[in-house]
Amino acid sequence: MEILNLEGTEDTPKIILDKANGIFEISGRSLPEDSAEFYQPVLDWLEAYASEPNPSSEFVFKLEYFNTASSKLILDVLSKLEDISGAKIHWYFHEDDEDMEEAGQEFSELVEVSFEFSTY
Amino acid sequence: MKYVYDLHKSMREQNLILVYEGEFTQEITKSVLAMAERNMDSMGEESSIKRKVFNVMVECLQNIVKHGEGYKVDESVSYDAVFMIGKKDEEYIIASGNPLYNNDVEKLRCKLDQVNELDKDGLKQLYKEIIKSTTISDKGGAGLGFVDMARKSGRKLEYDFIPVDEERSFFALRTTIGRE
Repeated sequence: MEILNLEGTEDTPKIILDKANGIFEISGRSLPEDSAEFYQPVLDWLEAYASEPNPSSEFVFKLEYFNTASSKLILDVLSKLEDISGAKIHWYFHEDDEDMEEAGQEFSELVEVSFEFSTY
Repeated sequence: MKYVYDLHKSMREQNLILVYEGEFTQEITKSVLAMAERNMDSMGEESSIKRKVFNVMVECLQNIVKHGEGYKVDESVSYDAVFMIGKKDEEYIIASGNPLYNNDVEKLRCKLDQVNELDKDGLKQLYKEIIKSTTISDKGGAGLGFVDMARKSGRKLEYDFIPVDEERSFFALRTTIGRE
């Protein structure tokens, strides 16, 4: 599978989806003008990956900030992970960022995927 | 030239640290956010407060980009939006104003009242209900902005609709972030 590699910018997150090396990561800030358009390649990639996933995949979410439109798309991304056997989510939040911790908790209540929480 | 001094004086009296009036785009949103962040950094603001202010600013600015487009009445008269941040001793105030059609007032008022009626847990439930059922609108919104602003601020959203003419009103919105 091709690697999806998006450089982060001031309003979009850094995204790496690399099956061969087992790296799946979304980090940084997410407040794009058009969140649906921005996340579509990610959703497409995951859809393809779901049909031939690695035995286990750890998805790292290390978000500093996301807006509400992105939060809907992040939920869509997490929902895609429900279809991937052996998928696990690693939700990172800054140690004093209760809102990001709570956001992760809420997502974990909305999707059937295992979450692990860590601070950075 | 007295208007320059008057504006300056009124900004000081209202404790405003940033005011922007005019066209709103994603690029301008990024610039305004960067200015406000620098401003808070230079004041040595705590990161948790900075994040909440940033959060509310983004939702507020992107609301204007998506819904508050100014429009021209004729070549000489146009109605634009305004955005401002104020800082008092123990709180930040994020306020905005934009023109809208009178037809849109009641729907918006209902949304805001619904948000303002809820407590912390109620807002959390509403957030989860909306995010489960929503689809991103043509304008790119998820319908979660006001709920999120209320959750991050922990206060009621203050708003007003000021009649402009037969067709239009001016929508003013104010969110306060406490530093306590």
